[in-house]
Amino acid sequence: MSAFRALIARDVRLATRVGGGALTGTLFFLAVIVTIPFGVGPDLNLLSRIGPAIMWIGALLATLIGLERLFQSDKDDGALDLLRLTDSPVSNFVIAKVIAHWLGSSLPLVLVTPLLSLLLALEPRAILALTATLAVGTPALSFLGAVGAALAVTLRRGALLMAVIILPFSIPVLIFGVAATRAAIVDPDPFWPPFALLTATSLIYAVIGTLGAAATLKIGDG
Amino acid sequence: MKVCTVWVEARVKIKELALSRGERALVAGLSLTLVGGDAVALVGPNGSGKTSLLRVLAGLAEPTAGDLTVSMQGADADLPRNALVHLGGHQDGLKGALTVRDNLEFWIAYFGGAGLSISKALDQLGVGHLVDLPAAILSQGQKRRVALARLLVAPRPIWLLDEPTAALDTASTARFLTLVEAHRRAGGIVVAATHTSLDLSNLKTLDLGDYPAHRQDGEQTVKDAESYWLESEPL
Repeated sequence: MSAFRALIARDVRLATRVGGGALTGTLFFLAVIVTIPFGVGPDLNLLSRIGPAIMWIGALLATLIGLERLFQSDKDDGALDLLRLTDSPVSNFVIAKVIAHWLGSSLPLVLVTPLLSLLLALEPRAILALTATLAVGTPALSFLGAVGAALAVTLRRGALLMAVIILPFSIPVLIFGVAATRAAIVDPDPFWPPFALLTATSLIYAVIGTLGAAATLKIGDG
Repeated sequence: MKVCTVWVEARVKIKELALSRGERALVAGLSLTLVGGDAVALVGPNGSGKTSLLRVLAGLAEPTAGDLTVSMQGADADLPRNALVHLGGHQDGLKGALTVRDNLEFWIAYFGGAGLSISKALDQLGVGHLVDLPAAILSQGQKRRVALARLLVAPRPIWLLDEPTAALDTASTARFLTLVEAHRRAGGIVVAATHTSLDLSNLKTLDLGDYPAHRQDGEQTVKDAESYWLESEPL
């Protein structure tokens, strides 16, 4: 267990160093959200209508953008092999890497969401719902991306595969996330069913993503 | 030389082992038993399977045939072979953004260290003065020595080393060999893939060129070519 914590602490630390890449996603998110209002024009009604979808698409792409390199730096310097020299299964190692990535890259994104929501003229209820759905939904993307990241270190064409394989699976997360957020604004739609489905998706992806990434890493080394 | 751990009956048993890398069969019919105190130099031409054998011994890959057990008695008797070995590969596994101390502290926490303190381990390899520098600015040889310090701070009975002395100068090589001898006296086992001769007492030599896999010609050649392209195709 202390190995698990040590790995998370190291990864968060590496990510938050200069050039560590934790802020890349957040900055990308920031750039997308800040430029959209200028592109769409000063129509506040339109902005608040499409706002949740834009925030979610921005968050989705920002999460996936750096995820492909989740295992790459450990592969490059040889640490990936060393990290597997323990009696705990490879999936533990995958979970620790994903948690660290989420803490370093997705959590900042969730934290700046309320602030950026103001730019899209979202009302307080929508901001609350958006932040909640992002907090619950982004782990699904991280675990999903771990499979792509594992493919990326074992196959040379990983970057391409990442987009082709991972993106389709991220669509349910996007749909439920936006549906729950929209339900918070439009009255007759219920908030909890899509939110519960989003949570369920996160839990399912946590299992599938962990096992998938661990199996990929193991087979890739064989 | 201070040695803090004594390994009880560390043992590596290899029986009729066959190895392959991708589709390429590398080694077949390899049998070998090592007990505490043994040191083996793995030699053989490039591509003969030295690194693959080390990876199989480390539990990072599985052999295509044959039996392999890595074991020891005592408190750690039940551990899988991953947890009994240290792998000193071509790459050092150091994070450039972290200091030498942070790097080693991480490995101590990750592997569970009950060995030398970081400063003592670094001193033994002659790099004690680098402890607070970021690993990125170290020279190749310094990095290698810091990486070898990992073997001292988180003790494990079996050392699998891939060209351990490649980047080291003469003095550091001598220092390192002293540490290897101390490890052997404590009951540890050392397997080192090398192209240079290591000045160790009772060093066994295993030439992987003596255990070539029987190649089914024709088909094998085609597979060789295929795996070559798969491995070398750029992004």
